[in-house]
Amino acid sequence: MKVKDVPQDLKYYKDTIVRDVNYAVDENGEYKAVLSSGWDPKTEALDMAWDEIKEKCKEIAERVKKGESSPLEYHLARHIMSVKLMAKYTGLRRHTIRKHLKTKYFDQLDDETLAIYAKALRISVEELKRVPES
Amino acid sequence: MELKLDHKQAAHCENGTVSALLRYYGINLSEPMVFGLASGLFFTHLPFIKLSGMSLTSFRTFPGVFFSRITKLLGIKRKTKRFFNQEKAMSKLDELLSKGIPVGCVVGMYYLPYVPVEYRFHFNGHNICIIGKDEKTGEYSVLDSNITQKVTISYKDLQTVRFAKGGTYPLMGQMYWIESVPKELPDMRTLILKSIRKTSKLMAFTPIHMVGAKGILYLSRRIRKWEKKMGRRRALLNLAQIVRMLEEIGTGGAGFRFIYGAFLQEAVQKTGIEEFNAFSQRMTEIGDMWRDFAYKISRMFKKRSTEENYTFDQLGDMLQAIGEKELTFFKDLYTVSKQYLR
Repeated sequence: MKVKDVPQDLKYYKDTIVRDVNYAVDENGEYKAVLSSGWDPKTEALDMAWDEIKEKCKEIAERVKKGESSPLEYHLARHIMSVKLMAKYTGLRRHTIRKHLKTKYFDQLDDETLAIYAKALRISVEELKRVPES
Repeated sequence: MELKLDHKQAAHCENGTVSALLRYYGINLSEPMVFGLASGLFFTHLPFIKLSGMSLTSFRTFPGVFFSRITKLLGIKRKTKRFFNQEKAMSKLDELLSKGIPVGCVVGMYYLPYVPVEYRFHFNGHNICIIGKDEKTGEYSVLDSNITQKVTISYKDLQTVRFAKGGTYPLMGQMYWIESVPKELPDMRTLILKSIRKTSKLMAFTPIHMVGAKGILYLSRRIRKWEKKMGRRRALLNLAQIVRMLEEIGTGGAGFRFIYGAFLQEAVQKTGIEEFNAFSQRMTEIGDMWRDFAYKISRMFKKRSTEENYTFDQLGDMLQAIGEKELTFFKDLYTVSKQYLR
């Protein structure tokens, strides 16, 4: 890669202090470290991964509204957490968490358990109990 | 209280952290030099290890190996520690800082406060260097090589990211530091040649088909079957995963190839062996091929463009070409480094 080809496709690094360093060759064939503010193929790959997650969240949100799933399932998907990972963060059993994905059991939860989930997801209990409108 | 250590950006987080630690003890090595000496360049495609449901493809050595290799080479005494108790992990960090020792920490990306939201995945392999603690606010000063400046992070946040759960590697508050450095560094020429020999041996002669340049050929064979095996959408997601591994925050596959190119160029100055110049150029070409590969993949999953499209077979061909090129490259490099080591 030439120094002038170092990509500067600013997107997600905007307003952040994150920047990449790329090593590129200058006119004399010598390597230089050059700052880059992002590359489109990279952000597009990232978009693709997020699209998948968002689509899944949307689908779950629909089910939550119909009363078929608990909001917990939505929040797990939104935070890219699997039941296994959640179990590690909360110390609850995987079986228990899977049970709470069902509306029937989720509605019966006491504030204490809800607080455990909310803490692991870093949201408030109120947020945990519902799914966002859009 | 803060140790005197300047912030310097680096292409790769572990590289940056290790060179920051070395810098504090007066060992000034450039980033490519650290990368090359630690034999950081690698390739492996492991279908049986899953990262968010998809096979792991790695373009570098495993986290942690880096630090142990370079310290061993330079004859530095170092220590790595993991913890069961979160409070103990934090108090040990405080203790080291108060003794005036900068500490490298392996952290999870997901809860790091200064990372853009879009980059937050449950990836537990980021490295930061902690250089001080503000006694009043309890905030830690952090050097993160992907950030343009020095940042601070609160006690609670640091504790969370150090004990991020899940992911491919269990963290357990892993941290590392340098205990003592030798008065005189060993002869650089031998070190460079030895590490080049090691890298090329690993890349060209590891007798496992998933590892080294053979791993690239293995991946090229697998890619051809993806569309048939798992459907287009899933196959595209897998491709996106490779691009993200290639070019994830900081650097990736192509980036590592360029750093290695820079290392070979520096090796010419340090060892006086002119032949490495040609190798450096060849490495640049390989890096460009990787970049081209990533670019073409990205054309495939971009919804808007229909004019530019590639089949999985074409991608397989590209990878095969890269794999073959890397294989001959490292075989040649091995012969040369061995010849000079005699």
